[in-house]
Amino acid sequence: MTSIAASTSELAANRRDIRPGRIVAWTLLMIGGIVMVTPLIYMFSTSLKSAGQVYDLRLIPADPTLDNYIRVLADGRFVRWFLNSTLVATAVTLSNVFFDSLVGYTLAKFEFRGRYLVFLAILSTLMIPTEMLVIPWYLMSSQLGWLDTYWGIMFPGMMTAFGTFLMKQFFETVPDDFLEAARVDGLNEFTIWWKIAMPMVTPAISALAIFTFLGNWTAFFWPLIVTTSRELYTLPVGLSSFAVEQSIQWEMIMTGAALATIPTLIVFLALQRYIVRGVMLAGLKG
Amino acid sequence: MARIELQGLTKRYGRLTAVQAIDLAIDDGEFVVFVGPSGCGKSTTLRMIAGLEDISDGTLRIGGEVVNQREPKQRNIAMVFQNYAIYPHMTVAQNIGFGLYTARLSRQEKQKRIEEAARILGLEDLLDRRPAALSGGQRQRVAIGRAMVRNPVAFLFDEPLSNLDAQLRSAMRIEIKRLHQRLGTTVVYVTHDQVEAMTMADRIVVMRDGRILQVGTPVELYENPVDVFTARFIGSPAMNLMPGAVEEGVLAVAGARLPETNAASFGDGGVLVGVRPHDLVVGAESDGGLSISGVVTAVEPLGAETLVHLAAGGVEVVATAPGRLVPAVDSTVTASAARGALYLFDAGSERALGRL
Repeated sequence: MTSIAASTSELAANRRDIRPGRIVAWTLLMIGGIVMVTPLIYMFSTSLKSAGQVYDLRLIPADPTLDNYIRVLADGRFVRWFLNSTLVATAVTLSNVFFDSLVGYTLAKFEFRGRYLVFLAILSTLMIPTEMLVIPWYLMSSQLGWLDTYWGIMFPGMMTAFGTFLMKQFFETVPDDFLEAARVDGLNEFTIWWKIAMPMVTPAISALAIFTFLGNWTAFFWPLIVTTSRELYTLPVGLSSFAVEQSIQWEMIMTGAALATIPTLIVFLALQRYIVRGVMLAGLKG
Repeated sequence: MARIELQGLTKRYGRLTAVQAIDLAIDDGEFVVFVGPSGCGKSTTLRMIAGLEDISDGTLRIGGEVVNQREPKQRNIAMVFQNYAIYPHMTVAQNIGFGLYTARLSRQEKQKRIEEAARILGLEDLLDRRPAALSGGQRQRVAIGRAMVRNPVAFLFDEPLSNLDAQLRSAMRIEIKRLHQRLGTTVVYVTHDQVEAMTMADRIVVMRDGRILQVGTPVELYENPVDVFTARFIGSPAMNLMPGAVEEGVLAVAGARLPETNAASFGDGGVLVGVRPHDLVVGAESDGGLSISGVVTAVEPLGAETLVHLAAGGVEVVATAPGRLVPAVDSTVTASAARGALYLFDAGSERALGRL
């Protein structure tokens, strides 16, 4: 009797929850979800089709095959591009975590003349679109001999205004007492930052690391411009070359893209909590 | 252990002078409490001693050496902060041991000191815990432990009990006092709570507007305050202050007259008469002192005694009723203070004129 009564009350509660506002919200969310997920599903679907089936728009391939994956993975270039992307994204992420944190900490916790101006100058670079910066970056790279090098791909992103801003905001929440206690205990300023302040802003570091890694993993425009050797291509640049050189092999492009998505998906699934928290804390759209 | 000397110590922030040329000598092993309202400069003074604030002017000596230009770590002092400042990402043992981070000691020696501090503070069973799993009092003990392991020449406490509830605060007061008795290290303690100052200090330094108003033992400050501010700040409930008027050569206060006073000795600015609530007792004999009749406006029974708020002669005063006597509100009662329990202050300068 008790369980029947409980189920009846649950049903009643559920019925109360189904309000017109919720139905509209769910519908909109579902439409949004479908719009975003459909290309991803088609990407995986196409990667399982042979060249002749590519323009057959059925979601489930009539004759699914893993041949494309075998061909892509057997092609040494793809593995090289994958490693290039891993190297670039990892190095830039580590650099951002280090330098953005250090500068953010300095701006948040030290009083010095011109601090506000420095912060404004850094912030103002956020207003300039990448497309505008590409020309000075290219000229710099050209004059310093960085064209077609790993360093050339990485240097513009080694420290970012966004990361500095994010870290500064977080370091401001660390009470000064912690830092002063460490000062009284005899630590130098660098050790205070590394041993005391950094562990206290791990959510921010996680968010910064994830955004930076994903941003660099998918970066296309600058690596395309700065690299000319195929050995230095990153994954997005390399995949685009399938289109140019081999008269658009969609099944190969989609297979490569599907493989490139896997690390991103793993990062997201493993660190979903931090990404969502990071987006919320930073007040950003991913 | 060390003697700490402040000579003309001054702190300026732009045009604002937060601490104005204060002079003070704190003896080796002494427990000195700086007390005063918010913004009086007590914490700034402590931070100058710690080396966390630059000294704008004056000289600071620790152990006979001028340390104005020395970094905090070179002064060999330890500080306990209001919010404990124990690191959330470290265990209790790591937090206590962090005080030894730069010490050139063997691992065994460090471990020995951590265990010794934990034993003294009753933290042996909590060494593997993180601060989030500790109570407020335990966190405070960890902060004290971190200060202790370094064997500093002086402990500086910056309102260390402010974040604790009343019961725990009372227990920690005793713990800190016992610890001082045991270690014998110089302690400089800052608080805005006069009860902490009274119960813990060898000497109290009362500060206001960046200046030292009075330095003395708790009893000296209680018995002989130099001015109205100190008189009201020290002692709880605060001292009653009533304007006195000279009528026909006799001092009149709150509707009562004090015939045996030499009113001619008072300045032109008038006089304020002070009496502590515990000296103004409902139903007591006046014994030639002050006797006030007034209407009871409120009562605060505390068990052993009752605080009685009276409206007498146009002023509001607080008296005490002994035992379980709780006068009815709106009733008229008489409260008396013995001779010698009255304090006189100049109404203009607010400086003390003596006792009556």
